[in-house]
Amino acid sequence: MDLTILWFWIIAFMFIGYFVLDGFDFGVGMSLPFLGRDDTDRRVLINTIGPVWDLNETWVIVAGASLFAAFPEWYATMFSGFYLPLLLILVALILRGVSFEYRHQRPESSWKKWFDGLIIVGSAVPAFLWGVAFANIVRGVKLNANHDYIGTLFDLLNPYALLGGITTLLLFFVHGVVFVSLKTEGDIRMRARKLATKAGIVTIVAAATFLAWTTLAYGTVASALLAALAAALLIASFLANLRGAERLAFALMAGTIGLVVLTLFASLFPDVMPASNDPANSLTIANASSSTYTLGVISWTALIGMPVILLYQGWTYWVFRKRIGRAHIDLAAH
Amino acid sequence: MNEWLDPLLLSRWQFGLTTMYHFIFVPLTIGMALTVAIFQTAWVRTDKAKYLQLTHFFGKIFLINVAMGVVTGIVQEFQFGMNWSDYSRFVGDVFGAPLAFEGIVAFFLEATFIGLWIFGWDKLPKKIHLGTIWMTVVGSIASAYFILAANAFMQNPIAYTINEEKGRAELTSIWELLTNPIALAAFPHTIFACFMVSAGLIISVAAWHLYRNQHLETMRPALKFGLWMMVIAGVLTTLAGDQLGLAMVDAQPMKMAAAEALYHTATGANASFSVFTLGTPDGVHELFSVRIPYLLSFLSTHTFDGTVEGINNLQAQYVTLYGPGDYTPTIWITYWAFRWMIGLGLAHMLVAVVGLWLTRGGRSPQRTWVWKIAILSFPMSLLAMSVGWVFTEMGRQPWLVFGLMRTADGVSPGVTGVEILISLIVFTLLYGILAVVEFKLILKAVQKGPDDAPVQDAESGAHQHAVTVY
Repeated sequence: MDLTILWFWIIAFMFIGYFVLDGFDFGVGMSLPFLGRDDTDRRVLINTIGPVWDLNETWVIVAGASLFAAFPEWYATMFSGFYLPLLLILVALILRGVSFEYRHQRPESSWKKWFDGLIIVGSAVPAFLWGVAFANIVRGVKLNANHDYIGTLFDLLNPYALLGGITTLLLFFVHGVVFVSLKTEGDIRMRARKLATKAGIVTIVAAATFLAWTTLAYGTVASALLAALAAALLIASFLANLRGAERLAFALMAGTIGLVVLTLFASLFPDVMPASNDPANSLTIANASSSTYTLGVISWTALIGMPVILLYQGWTYWVFRKRIGRAHIDLAAH
Repeated sequence: MNEWLDPLLLSRWQFGLTTMYHFIFVPLTIGMALTVAIFQTAWVRTDKAKYLQLTHFFGKIFLINVAMGVVTGIVQEFQFGMNWSDYSRFVGDVFGAPLAFEGIVAFFLEATFIGLWIFGWDKLPKKIHLGTIWMTVVGSIASAYFILAANAFMQNPIAYTINEEKGRAELTSIWELLTNPIALAAFPHTIFACFMVSAGLIISVAAWHLYRNQHLETMRPALKFGLWMMVIAGVLTTLAGDQLGLAMVDAQPMKMAAAEALYHTATGANASFSVFTLGTPDGVHELFSVRIPYLLSFLSTHTFDGTVEGINNLQAQYVTLYGPGDYTPTIWITYWAFRWMIGLGLAHMLVAVVGLWLTRGGRSPQRTWVWKIAILSFPMSLLAMSVGWVFTEMGRQPWLVFGLMRTADGVSPGVTGVEILISLIVFTLLYGILAVVEFKLILKAVQKGPDDAPVQDAESGAHQHAVTVY
């Protein structure tokens, strides 16, 4: 296979990895006001992702670096074009990350409330904005001949992109809540299941609308099939959660998110950033990619590196496989 | 256009600010990971409670830093594209590869194993748990190598060819890129300097407690460890710095000339190193200076009769090579940054040597000022590191990639000055507030001192580990 096309799908894989993994971190963060009735509850929630949020977040760094290496033009146009949204994402990720570490450093409840608030906002903002960003990429943005973004900030806030943002926000929310039901025990687990049902209905409506819009406006046969499959998995996850099959519900949610990302990438193909004003200015796999030599070098790295990474990350999840409950928090040293 | 809204100026300030800030946490993460790993190894091998206490104590300080290092690191990864999109387009084919390596080979390793280390105390067998902190050390050091290899390309571009049609540099040999002489010299120089920074932290913390005559059973060995680490890392940093100097003279003679503010080419005794100069603000005219003859010749060529090219000469050469323009960095910055880096580095090696002498055989100095100087070790070592980076990056100006791309040509053409002003203000405020919180939390953890040794199981003698939670 042509290396440029291979890397288009590797980039898709990296973002799937990021959204599936950090997606449930965002969801757990956003669930604090809904599931965390007291400080112990909130600590239970935060500790479900405690050992893994850092490695999950690292996926976006690796996705960004891979984009830089494999498609410098795409990286340059996307990151400079979405300047202010990315600034907001960065601020949110910074606040969320330090809050996990700072929150437990002092006992005062006012201190903890501050960081609870930052975790909620720091999770919701990227969950929404990543959807807006990717929907805009699929929709196409105004680019000049140098491939620089020439639209305004408000051009990015169009109905389709906003619906994309709402869809990722809701998907990550449900993904996180289902993760909570899988990783906790006792009352909070049951409440998580109920919340996943309630939120699930809204999510199905939003995601189905977004996927249908994507298919009708920007889709291909392949993307339509992927979109249909994504919708089917989302509904299956909803049903699995209703029946209390937590593991299955979570796996299906992960599958849904992966398929939504694939739908978007399949709609893009063979463009990577279509220009809405003049197709001649579009960034494509062909004109945005690195040289064959560079792609070869990073292909070998990814080919050898990724299986090892998946192995030790899988092992991490296995080490921390046990459910967490209120009793664990009370036992803890601080 | 209003000069305050110049995207180039604002982007440079932002990159400088966020990078310097990020690099407070980088040496702490790299050096403290190693420190914690060594203490934990000592505990696993000897089973002495004091080493476990030290592991937890410095581990806590380490962790408060790690979160900051991780989140400010994402900014670095994004900023190339956000603020320097034309740079990214021009060098992505070359520069992107080591960044991708860094992510795939190093970041994942670090981020995954640190989670295992923090939360794995009660879940992993003792030796495997020890392995997780060592993997974190490997990950953090490997990431430093790749990022320095990427940076080395900006200082000394090699292993590329220019693709005229696409208007960009393209990689010709990954091996050559990763063994850039600048990278090979900058890597040990930076890593050992990172160890000096964390040694500085350990010395400061231990001296603070010992001065108050508390936690003697843990802080005495900690001080000794810190002092030895400082001396060893200091010697190695100096040796590697010397190698880096030679490589730099080779690749960027202008930087060495700017380091010495040497306007006229000098040979032998005239190639002197000025310890201190009073002159006109632009550095062109000298009023008074203290000079060591031959030293600059030795630093630049390892001979006493070498010739060091001056700024005027190089400027003229560059005009012939690259066309009209000013190819001289800001001299007062490079001159003083170079001196502060070396001066502070040597000063705290001296502090460490004197400290080892004063505490030999379990002695404890009674004079207050001795302890006060020791407590200053950490801020001094951090400052040395920071001015070192100011020197190496400001000394590269006006180039973004030496000889290939000017800084002014790399900035994002599509991003407005207002947008960058917004982000600069946001980062300044956010980083400022976080610095205050961070500093207070670290101070609190430091002043609290190590916790009592964990309870030992009466039958097996094993230490019971509390469950770690956020």
